[in-house]
Amino acid sequence: MIEEGLKNELQKQGVYVTSLQELYNWGRANSVWPLTFGLACCAIEMMAASMSRFDLARFGAEVFRPSPRQADLMIVAGTVTKKMAPLVVRLYNQMPEPKYVIAMGACAISGGPFKQGYNVLKGIDRYLPVDVAIPGCPPRPEALIHAIMTLQEKIRNQELTGPNRPRHLNAEIEGEYPVPAYGKHDLEPPKNPELWQPPTMQR
Amino acid sequence: MQASNSYLVLVLLAVAAVGFALTPLAAAWAWAHFFSPQKPGKDKNDTYECGLASRGDAWIHFRSEYYLYGIIFLVFDVETIFLLPFAVSFTGLPVGAFVAMIIFLVLLVEGLVWAWRKGFLTWS
Repeated sequence: MIEEGLKNELQKQGVYVTSLQELYNWGRANSVWPLTFGLACCAIEMMAASMSRFDLARFGAEVFRPSPRQADLMIVAGTVTKKMAPLVVRLYNQMPEPKYVIAMGACAISGGPFKQGYNVLKGIDRYLPVDVAIPGCPPRPEALIHAIMTLQEKIRNQELTGPNRPRHLNAEIEGEYPVPAYGKHDLEPPKNPELWQPPTMQR
Repeated sequence: MQASNSYLVLVLLAVAAVGFALTPLAAAWAWAHFFSPQKPGKDKNDTYECGLASRGDAWIHFRSEYYLYGIIFLVFDVETIFLLPFAVSFTGLPVGAFVAMIIFLVLLVEGLVWAWRKGFLTWS
């Protein structure tokens, strides 16, 4: 492993050194293909972000794939209703590893203004491992771009070996998350307890 | 360069071209095989249906009656191929060849008659 100081010194002389991990993550971070997938008004901002004015293509994330088989990133853009939640989880399960999730907007994070609604899921993080959450109602395209950049930062810093290696390189971690079923009053189970626990109140 | 060696460049180029195509494929396969564990599952192996649960099997049967049209086409196709040289050399043929050709044609026409009587030529 090369030291950071020596690396900088070499770079000043025009010699670039890299490790396989950096090269791999560099490629991965700059080709994050999202799934074509919009649930509510946040999707309009997502479309705007991918169009010429905001140009998500600068970050290698403009190739919205119409099939989960080809996508790396799921942008949960909008209100997740309880009717839609199993479909979202199933689509996530059908995406190949490595895969990432951006929860875009207040609804995808927490249910947003519809939190008290009987039919709205109070945050997709109850079923899916969210990597980046964007607040806003809806977030502007700049916010989505910031989320993509944050995700790129996360991918770049992932270690490919060792106990902290990402999920897709660890054979022991399951690839699929349980898909909730439509129950009589709520989704069953109402949350994935391994991913999300209700916050405990300190009195 | 000699004439015998001039093809060596082509061979080298061909090898390089095939290698250029196969190396990334081999690297991708090796990466998937040795580093990235496969995680198949019920949902992942499902037929893709926009997030809804898949219904039925992808291995469904299609009607195979097209083979009849294939056979009738073959009758006319083979007939055309053999009739043209037969017609060109018709005047110079001995009697035996003529008889053999007629038998062959009768066999093909018999197939056509069979298909006709079965009603395959009546398209509804």
